[in-house]
Amino acid sequence: MLKHALLVTAFCCAGIVNGQDKPLVLKGALVYPVSGAPIPNAVMIVHKGKIERIGPAGTPVPADAVMMDVTGKVIMPGLVDTHSHLAGPDGADASGALSPDTRAMDAVNPTSDGFKKALAGGITTINIMPGSGYLMSGQTVYVKMREGKKIEDLLLINERGVYGGMKMANGTNSMRTIAGFPGTRAKSAAMVRELFVKAQEYKAKFVKAGKDSSKFPERDLRMEALVEVLGGKRMVHFHTHKSNDILTALRLSKEFGFRVVLHHVSEGWKVADDIARAGAPCSIISIDAPGGKMEAVNLSLTTGAALTKAGALVGFHTDDGITDSRLFMRSAALMVRGGMSREKALEGLTIAGAKMLDLSNRLGSLEKGKDADFIILSGDPFSIYTHVEQTWVEGVKRWDISNPADKAFLTGGYDVYGADRAEFHHHESEEGSAE
Amino acid sequence: MKRNIILAILISLSPFFIQAQIAIKAETIYTVSGSPIRNGVVLVSKGKIEQVGLAADVSIPAGYKVYETKVLTPGFVDARTLVGISGSLNIPTDQDQLEKSGPIQPDLRAIDAYNPEEALVKVVRDYGVTTIHTGHGIGALVSGQTMIAKTKPGTVETVTIQPLCMLAMTIGPSVSGNFSSPGTRAKQMAMLRTELLKAQAYVKKQADKDSSKRPAEDLKLDILAKLLKGDIKALITANKANDMMNAIRLSKEFNFKLVIDGAAEAYRIIDDIKAANAEIILHATMARNDGDLLNMNRESAAILTAAGIRVSIESGYESYVPKTRVILFEAAQSTAYGFSFTDALKSITLNPAILLGIENRVGSIDKGKDADLVLFDGDPFEYVTKVCTVIIDGEVVSDTCK
Repeated sequence: MLKHALLVTAFCCAGIVNGQDKPLVLKGALVYPVSGAPIPNAVMIVHKGKIERIGPAGTPVPADAVMMDVTGKVIMPGLVDTHSHLAGPDGADASGALSPDTRAMDAVNPTSDGFKKALAGGITTINIMPGSGYLMSGQTVYVKMREGKKIEDLLLINERGVYGGMKMANGTNSMRTIAGFPGTRAKSAAMVRELFVKAQEYKAKFVKAGKDSSKFPERDLRMEALVEVLGGKRMVHFHTHKSNDILTALRLSKEFGFRVVLHHVSEGWKVADDIARAGAPCSIISIDAPGGKMEAVNLSLTTGAALTKAGALVGFHTDDGITDSRLFMRSAALMVRGGMSREKALEGLTIAGAKMLDLSNRLGSLEKGKDADFIILSGDPFSIYTHVEQTWVEGVKRWDISNPADKAFLTGGYDVYGADRAEFHHHESEEGSAE
Repeated sequence: MKRNIILAILISLSPFFIQAQIAIKAETIYTVSGSPIRNGVVLVSKGKIEQVGLAADVSIPAGYKVYETKVLTPGFVDARTLVGISGSLNIPTDQDQLEKSGPIQPDLRAIDAYNPEEALVKVVRDYGVTTIHTGHGIGALVSGQTMIAKTKPGTVETVTIQPLCMLAMTIGPSVSGNFSSPGTRAKQMAMLRTELLKAQAYVKKQADKDSSKRPAEDLKLDILAKLLKGDIKALITANKANDMMNAIRLSKEFNFKLVIDGAAEAYRIIDDIKAANAEIILHATMARNDGDLLNMNRESAAILTAAGIRVSIESGYESYVPKTRVILFEAAQSTAYGFSFTDALKSITLNPAILLGIENRVGSIDKGKDADLVLFDGDPFEYVTKVCTVIIDGEVVSDTCK
């Protein structure tokens, strides 16, 4: 009997794992494709890691499909976390305030058990960023929560051919009293402008050289990354809280023509119209109480509503360890509490974030041809009583609450998470620099 | 002119002198002490709950201001917070929770530090927290005293329920980072035992029949004497099982009443906690699982309650963003991890009231108790439900849905 049961288990699991080879049909759920209206009692067909089709009940399914009954469940796209510090993305060091040459991909631990938190929270795509203690702390890295041993296994190359953005910051975190760092806001902006002027000159040499490679300037890692920024290939992810700092970030973006996503934007509600007019997307976070540092005293759960009403594109982030990846959906729900529409909040968790990472061509909504990144929920996305039950990445089930080993990463407990985690390191140094 | 000014002052102050009479009609009243009442009414007069019952049974007297709401709960009681002492700006001048001039300072009074006008007091009040057990922080063997206050506006004199509640202590590695000594766990225990032995001798001398042989007043030993005599409880922050066991061993040796705060690994030593009659204030459900809390379990509230331990969920201490947690959110989150709605609500109302010894005044909706009430527009634990009105001592202190 037991042997029989094991056989059945082995058979069923093999079927699931090979869901990419044979079509997988998820039948009966309420599906939020995000790209369109919710589909009750839907039929969703997944094949070879991609969404093949989503339709209403009665949609024909391939004869060889593996069927999965998900009646009563809710399915939505895998969540996109536009700003996280999971897995130790140490970027710049104290040798300078501007380090465009450092890459988070060289630091991130691809087997970090922190990624289990992300999966338990329904997150399938993450922009992992170095910290905000620097004006420019380096290149961020876009990763998919695939199973992997090396960082290359996780990388997501976007529409513009890069797998990361550029992290910048202004305000108090990036001001320090040590040599080489700015002590004021004006100095912060001046240092950034000086660097971008150099990058413009470097880029001009390339333009002048045309196709004559003998006239190219010498390779310069710092300048190369900034040329990508100036050309719009590499997005700037700009940590900024206060309204004056937000406007400074927009001013710099306009002066040098770089594309920018504003992050945190705690006082965004004060300058929502300016942000919308500049066309700058905002990646925001829900914090339970204001304060903790001077520039966060005015943060509000109404920010999402204010920015979307003004017409800005709004996404969310965990800033893990500031908030826990397992609670990512809560961030959006609290913004709904603050007046944001449910539709905009669902977009904020998915497609809006994908757009900010230039990845919306392949993820962020459930549409034919897109990556089969989706989550199965026990109920309404914005209810506290709802759990993420399964997280699927490119047609592979990566997390399942019914598996006790997986569930442990949701609840925690003795010896679940390794003691060598270093993810919070950045925020301790940030705290030190907050003054 | 002078008369006019006096008149103006009287008028402006009048709401505080003439206690409002309020009637609240609620679709559901969670009394906490009893079963929920569907379609109920609560009458409030002179700052107290005058009557509770079914709408059909309670007639609303003329002149009562009537509120209608979906859900009514008691005001929340935060079993352990640093609100009002550890300020929101997080700059040296608003952080009064930890005095680093010495590791053992029982003489530090919370009432000398508490600021009722600190921004975070209003933040938690607007989310229905009406009573707080606040005071000195974590990170010293004995960091100072704690107090109980209502979160209503006022001076420390007018908002304080109990100026001295417990003695805030910490056992574990967080102490060693703040002082040159103790540097180890064993030294922590040796220093605490030495101090408590001194206090034992002090108590003995105090009882001497010959008044000339009684010791001179010592502010530090006075408080430790209160601990040894059982007048106050020790509030020991300890999260790892071994640190919690050290706290239990110390309480047995000196026979003091023990409340363990944090208690992240309590689920590993349930029998020892019960045998020692130690009370538990559990860390926030959404606390960060690093450092001493690496092994925290979000199911702890459910596990401990099932084992017969009375659990209060705290906001606790946060060193950075968010500068405080909100017990409404923390209790709500526990319901997603096996804790029942009823137990979760109790963990931020009646359970902490009992722990603090103020259950005759707060923690449930019962006739004669303080009129501390929270009006919600739906299920109080749902993310998208709002707190719309907060009442403390019969006065509306918050009237905007949040």
